Amino acid sequence: MKTNVVMDEKAIERALSRIAHEIIERNRGGERLVILGIPTRGYELARRLKKIIDEIEGTDIPVGAVDATLYRDDLAIKKTQPTLKKMDIPISIDDRKIILVDDVLFTGRTIRAGMNALMDFGRPLSIQLAVLVDRGHRELPIKADYVGKNIPTSVKEGVKVRIKETDGVNEVLVESAPR
Amino acid sequence: MQRLVIKGGRVVDPASGIDALCNIYIMGGRIASVKAAKDDETELIPGAPGLEIIDAAGLVVMPGLVDLHTHLREPGFEYKETIQTGAEAAAAGGFTTILCMANTRPVNDNQSVTSYIVNKAKGALVNVLPVGAVTVGLKGERLTEAAELKDAGCVALSDDGMPIVKSGLMRRALEYSKALDLTIISHAEDMELAGKGVMNEGAVSTRLGLKGIPNAAEEAVIARDIRLAELTKGRLHIAHVSTRGSVELIRSAKKAGVTVTAEATPHHLTLTDEAAAGYDTNAKMNPPLRAKVDVDCLRQALKDGTIDVVATDHAPQSVMEKDVEFDRAANGIVGLETAFSLVYGLVEEGVLTFNELVKVMSLNPSKVMSLDKGTLRVGASADIAIADLDAEWTVDPSTLKSKSKNTPYAGKAMKGKIVKTIVGGKIVFDCLKEA
Amino acid sequence: MKTKRKDLLGIENLTVDEIELLLSTAESFKEVSAREIKKVPTLRGKTVINLFYEPSTRTRTSFEIAAKRMSADAVNISIASSSAVKGETLKDTARNLEAMKPDAIVIRHSSAGTPEMLSRYVGCSVINAGDGAHEHPSQALLDLLTVKERLGRIEGVRLAIVGDIAHSRVARSNIYGFTKLGASVTVAGPPTMMPPGIERLGCRAAANMTDAIKDADVIMMLRIQLERQDEAFFPSAREYSRLYGLDADKLRTAKKDVIILHPGPVNRGVEISPDVADGPYSLILDQVTNGVAVRMAIFYLLLGASRET
Repeated sequence: MKTNVVMDEKAIERALSRIAHEIIERNRGGERLVILGIPTRGYELARRLKKIIDEIEGTDIPVGAVDATLYRDDLAIKKTQPTLKKMDIPISIDDRKIILVDDVLFTGRTIRAGMNALMDFGRPLSIQLAVLVDRGHRELPIKADYVGKNIPTSVKEGVKVRIKETDGVNEVLVESAPR
Repeated sequence: MQRLVIKGGRVVDPASGIDALCNIYIMGGRIASVKAAKDDETELIPGAPGLEIIDAAGLVVMPGLVDLHTHLREPGFEYKETIQTGAEAAAAGGFTTILCMANTRPVNDNQSVTSYIVNKAKGALVNVLPVGAVTVGLKGERLTEAAELKDAGCVALSDDGMPIVKSGLMRRALEYSKALDLTIISHAEDMELAGKGVMNEGAVSTRLGLKGIPNAAEEAVIARDIRLAELTKGRLHIAHVSTRGSVELIRSAKKAGVTVTAEATPHHLTLTDEAAAGYDTNAKMNPPLRAKVDVDCLRQALKDGTIDVVATDHAPQSVMEKDVEFDRAANGIVGLETAFSLVYGLVEEGVLTFNELVKVMSLNPSKVMSLDKGTLRVGASADIAIADLDAEWTVDPSTLKSKSKNTPYAGKAMKGKIVKTIVGGKIVFDCLKEA
Repeated sequence: MKTKRKDLLGIENLTVDEIELLLSTAESFKEVSAREIKKVPTLRGKTVINLFYEPSTRTRTSFEIAAKRMSADAVNISIASSSAVKGETLKDTARNLEAMKPDAIVIRHSSAGTPEMLSRYVGCSVINAGDGAHEHPSQALLDLLTVKERLGRIEGVRLAIVGDIAHSRVARSNIYGFTKLGASVTVAGPPTMMPPGIERLGCRAAANMTDAIKDADVIMMLRIQLERQDEAFFPSAREYSRLYGLDADKLRTAKKDVIILHPGPVNRGVEISPDVADGPYSLILDQVTNGVAVRMAIFYLLLGASRET
């Protein structure tokens, strides 16, 4: 199996920093923002984004986790159930601008599930999507508002995001054969 | 006159002390002669009119098995078994004479029911001998007219399925039947102590969360009955002994000269209460399957003669009684067609000799009930079972002759198989003609 | 959990990993019950039949809520008598239910082993909601979850179970559950209610209640069926209470921070005195809350994925 590093630590940092700036710019500051990541890596990226924005704006933006597992559309066809992860919505999301964060945007199904989950918690003012990698092959009409890097792939390839908090290293890999 | 010759088989007949290769000549339904094969120079012309030759080389020839304990369910429960199907099952199992218990509907507690059974039995493949009830309706209140029952054909008396609770009544029954030379077969169970128990009381019942029946529920009544037999000098036979304590009671009673005999079933000799794990209702019976220590004791008792007889307690039950909750399921298993192979398993294990097998399954039951059966002596009725001890087979309930299929032995690999059964000189079962 | 498992019949045959997965999944589900909209679409389109041959408002409601919070359709069938009484075999009943195409049957029955028998007759999942004196796995799981939440662990915990051990499915399931996860379990009760060979399930049998509770971190009081009095298991509720009821006096002989569980419903003043039942150490209501989460986890792990048939 061939693996290519397509983003290294520096590239990831730059991408997150840019996304943070874009979020601030588009939302005219940190007002009413809530950053929610999809566990496991999306949540860690959400925390990083919060830190960067807080440093720039001097805010303390609420950050949390949205576990989309219970809202997935593939539970009935999977052979083993995915392990449930953390659901952590720190404050009421009514009339808040939600930044939903995930590591890789692929078919769009996880994001759909994540948005459905969010809707059960209230009625946000808006939901914006930030991803570190957009690898294409969407199966649903979903588009990211903030993208760290577009990486065109074939369906057979695998995209792997590894970050310090969970994997001990910051990098994005493309694997020529699926895992 | 019809002649039948069984040639070259290993003849095992404990009554006459024979265990040798012999030819058996049968005429008019009786044993005409038994000659050692090597000395026999009788010339037999195959195909001669009226002559039938069975080649028994490599097979064992023994007196037909005698079962003191079956439930044929007729009259009243013909959906479980009939006298005819029960007798077919018996024939397939090598049994040539079977006793059927009185807990039919109506109960066999009067001459007309006995006559009905005797009449039905005339068309059956094997000798079916009824056991009359000790008390009217098995209610344990009033003695039946035992003399009339005997005249009609009953060979013993029993309320089997129900114990006789009243000690005074049991005493009178033992006394009264003495004059008629009838044995009382005791179903020994303290029902109040057994309570709502559905299996053996012990670690397994605790694990399964099922209510247990303690050994004492059987032993307490056996102890009473032995004392009563001693008091009355009546003839007492203990049905389906299942515990080590019962064995000890019977052993010491025999030593003391009390006229008591006892039987054990093939299942109590081969299965423990672990068979109930998984809630297999075919492992539910009364008395329940006991612990290994009890099984070991029963085997020892069978070997040393404390237990005289193996009896099947053949108890057919339909799916209506068995495919229900364990607590609600009826007791009992079919046993006629697996008994020989199960007991032969004890021979293979070295518990019994083959000669002892024939004793406990044919000679002793005949003696206990004073039946003119259980031997291949000249002049005896030609009731014979022929077995292939090397044949291996697997129990498949769907192929059982019995109308009911409730056996815990489904799928069990067996060794030793009945290949032919002969009653009164007539072949009533031939495994070659099956399937 | 290995989804190879079709049924949840008892704790006895679960592996440690399976129990731990059930508990951690249940922990996740607690959050759902804390939401304003207490419903997730996970089991949309699945049908759960609650088949109760024995009245039990609490357990049935808990299973029903759990199913509904996961968007499954829950149908309750209460049957007063057994199949046999109706002239139907259990197999007939099973086949009839199966024809309605449920995804799971939750069964409560007074006769031990009935869930296991049912599971042999149907292709859908069978969940044991208590069978006779055999097992009550969801109860043990919620007890484990409750203790784990309060003490932070199960390993090394000392559990005392007091009361009618012989007739208790709760005791059996908890003995298996707690010992599998490394706790030590002591049981105590009137000798008439101590079944033979109970130690073989992995617990210690104490001579009396004081001995059982003196070192316990957790005391589980079992419900006493007052009808047992008529069966001579104990002479009177009064004497039972004096010897095996948990009151303030007996509680003083236990550890100061001991916690108290009861599967409910409580016979106040018999197995547990009112002040103790409502006292600070009692987690009886936490048990009820955790019951829903545990049952959601059971549904999720048994029904959440496809099964090879």
